[in-house]
Amino acid sequence: MAAQERKLPAPAVSQETQAYWDAAAKGKLLVRKCTSCGQAHHYPRTICPFCFSDKTEWIEASGKGAIYSYSVMRRAPVPYAMAYVTLAEGPRMVTNIVDCDFDKLKCEQPVKLVFKPTDGGPPLPMFTPA
Amino acid sequence: MSIKGKAYIAGIYEHPTRLAKDISLAQIHAQVAKGALEDAGLTKDDVDGYFCAGDAPGLGPMSMVEYMGLKPRHVDSTDTGGSSYVLHVGHAAEAIAAGKCKVALITLAGRPRAEGMATGTVPRSRGGTPTPDEPFEFPYGPTVVNMYAMCAMRHMHEFGTTPEQLAWIKVAASHHAQHNPHALLRDVVTVEEVVNSPMISDPLHRLDCCVITDGGGAIVVVAPEIAAKLKRPKVKLLGAGEFVKTQMGGKVDLTYSGARVSGAAAVAEAGVKPADIKYASIYDSFTITVLMQLEDLGFCEKGKGGPFVADGNLIAGTGKLPFNTDGGGLCSNHPGNRGGLTKVLEAVRQLRGEAHPAVQVKNCNLAVAHGTGGSLGLRHGSATVILERE
Repeated sequence: MAAQERKLPAPAVSQETQAYWDAAAKGKLLVRKCTSCGQAHHYPRTICPFCFSDKTEWIEASGKGAIYSYSVMRRAPVPYAMAYVTLAEGPRMVTNIVDCDFDKLKCEQPVKLVFKPTDGGPPLPMFTPA
Repeated sequence: MSIKGKAYIAGIYEHPTRLAKDISLAQIHAQVAKGALEDAGLTKDDVDGYFCAGDAPGLGPMSMVEYMGLKPRHVDSTDTGGSSYVLHVGHAAEAIAAGKCKVALITLAGRPRAEGMATGTVPRSRGGTPTPDEPFEFPYGPTVVNMYAMCAMRHMHEFGTTPEQLAWIKVAASHHAQHNPHALLRDVVTVEEVVNSPMISDPLHRLDCCVITDGGGAIVVVAPEIAAKLKRPKVKLLGAGEFVKTQMGGKVDLTYSGARVSGAAAVAEAGVKPADIKYASIYDSFTITVLMQLEDLGFCEKGKGGPFVADGNLIAGTGKLPFNTDGGGLCSNHPGNRGGLTKVLEAVRQLRGEAHPAVQVKNCNLAVAHGTGGSLGLRHGSATVILERE
């Protein structure tokens, strides 16, 4: 719907997060998890922001989550729903809620993963009501 | 070491302009510096410490030091967005206490209106080498307003806060702004007018947002022996605190701000309780910013900010906690999209007894000035100072 008409800028891929964006291109959402303290974090880093261990690895997210908070940007040329989604794996991530009636969104609403194309870059992980 | 009683605010100045088409950024910095030094009864050559943030043109403090002909032996260009200048007051006191300078000048200037900047509603990339967070945020369209709006949405979800309660914050600011001849918005507004103004990003309406203005201001912080020789009322720094609150690796919690940490540090150093404070300058980029900071600074319980701000409780003369009696960023001035410096200015006016008579708090001997800079919903810098009339 509305969000599909937005032109999304390409993310600036860095050496540290190349694998995340390569996986996104294949329709997979990766989360970085620390094998030392056992906690997953977002955005992904090689050194764990909780225990500072460098023993971190990629895991594939289930794609399930719930809206932590959201806001529909009414003043944009094409309105869109900014959100934080709590992933089933734990971390909350900045994202958009798409392909839905913005007026029916609620905090704690279950959502599932979708990908949306960007302007010349890898696709962005977004969410839609489950 | 504590900074309690080690420094005084001796001079302040707020540029009267709200639209600076015909003056340069550097010119505003120099004009406000001149104004604050004259207010203190000091001269440019007395300045041996200079503080500025990212609004100053050039690399750190260097271009402005040169432009104004300063010879500082101590500089600090820490940038935590709009809270920088509250933080600078604390840092200036540290430098003075350590003997690194005796007369510290802090300046702010900005021209977002003259430059036609889309301040709140357009996602902005900083350019250059991306920050590590940028690829995971910028493509999604974060703006100033929608990231603050998400804090308001979560606050409403968890605590039942209402749009009408948030609106009371704007209403209180407008009651104060009617007495400020320099305020951009001087009309008193009602709760109904706020909640019926156009929705910008749910649940924040146009009148939940601050003004966008050009201008600036300056503060002069001095050592006790300098303050003793000056003729202005003495405003003493009792305590200062700062904090950077982030997304915490994905453990995002939008229900509180960094004020929880910076405020606790400042009141502990000052040896005061929130209930002792007579006047509060609270960063007001949006109504939700004020509500969360009041809770986090300990003026009410977490989640009770809605009832606390309602029914005119923030209006001078009628409410229990007069706030932003100059009209604040919500109605008067938010120079360069950075509202921390003007928070300190109105706190000093109140403590000196120099606020507008219609909003002057009686026996105002203790005040707080608090700033939030950056994005409340992404990452922000908090800074708090506790000030006392001596």
